[in-house]
Amino acid sequence: MMHAVRSAPAQSSYTPAPGHRFDVGDRVRVKRVHPPGHRRTPFYIRGKRGVIERVCGAFPNPEELAYGFDGEPCKVLYRVRFAQHHVWPDYAGPPQDVIEMEIFEHWLEPDEGAVG
Amino acid sequence: MATFDYYARRPPEHGHDHDPHAPQPDESAGPPSEFEIMSRAMQELLEAKDVVTAEEIRRRMEIFEEDFPFRGSRVVARAWVDPAFKRRLLEDGRAACLEMGIPIEAERLIAVENTPEVHNVIVCTLCSCYPRSLLGMPPTWYKSRAYRSRVVFEPRAVLREFGTVLPDNVTVRVHDSNADMRYLVVPMRPEGTADWSEERLAGILTRDTLVGVTVPRAE
Repeated sequence: MMHAVRSAPAQSSYTPAPGHRFDVGDRVRVKRVHPPGHRRTPFYIRGKRGVIERVCGAFPNPEELAYGFDGEPCKVLYRVRFAQHHVWPDYAGPPQDVIEMEIFEHWLEPDEGAVG
Repeated sequence: MATFDYYARRPPEHGHDHDPHAPQPDESAGPPSEFEIMSRAMQELLEAKDVVTAEEIRRRMEIFEEDFPFRGSRVVARAWVDPAFKRRLLEDGRAACLEMGIPIEAERLIAVENTPEVHNVIVCTLCSCYPRSLLGMPPTWYKSRAYRSRVVFEPRAVLREFGTVLPDNVTVRVHDSNADMRYLVVPMRPEGTADWSEERLAGILTRDTLVGVTVPRAE
């Protein structure tokens, strides 16, 4: 069922951010919180479980940039892969379909439970 | 890492008026928006102060429309004829484009390859993030609320409306371009194009094939 989600591709050549908390293949859960203000974590993915697809590097924090600050300290950005059937319980497609997006580290926590 | 729990509460009923990434309404025939008026006022001020001329702005827009939309096709056509270049493109899209003299405005370009097993499609649900330096301005449908909201949860239905019907054994991989990466789909090279020149190949690599809503065809 979850084959496509579990088989994360090899690490890309991008320089990983020093001190990043998660590695490719790690299971994570997006925090289910609703802070006010400018956030780049879509509502539909909050609280969902996925797998780190790649470590993109460290980037200025958009939640600070949006208000005219310099975005420092930079935050580690990951691409996270989610199973469509987990994100949308009524998903009509086959079980292996996935959706991937970029999530900053402070929005992620380790997921010890089973995916799905 | 600090917990965000103290923030936790429901989002406000209405969006934030000043959020530049708030959903944009589709184009309408109404009077100019506040942003159009501000943009126009800014241009007039810059012209009055001799910072830019109207001709320079017009020329810049023209280049944007003449050159940018065809860069993505050239890059992928090169990848089709040069396996080593394709490897570099998939590994580090920005560096590979620079090899061809194409600077990417975003920090990173992620090229994702279609295969017999996987079909990729790109969306930005938050606004209209798009690889503009490779594909030019995003088409209206890419920015429409319908595409942005639907392609994430019923991608196969949306693709079917674009004329792209995928068998169930193919994995549909949707990429929500929601932060600092930009994405480019590398479609499969159609059969019957083995003797085609790079230029001819670029001709079938249309914008929509590089966003992933259609696939290139040899006929």
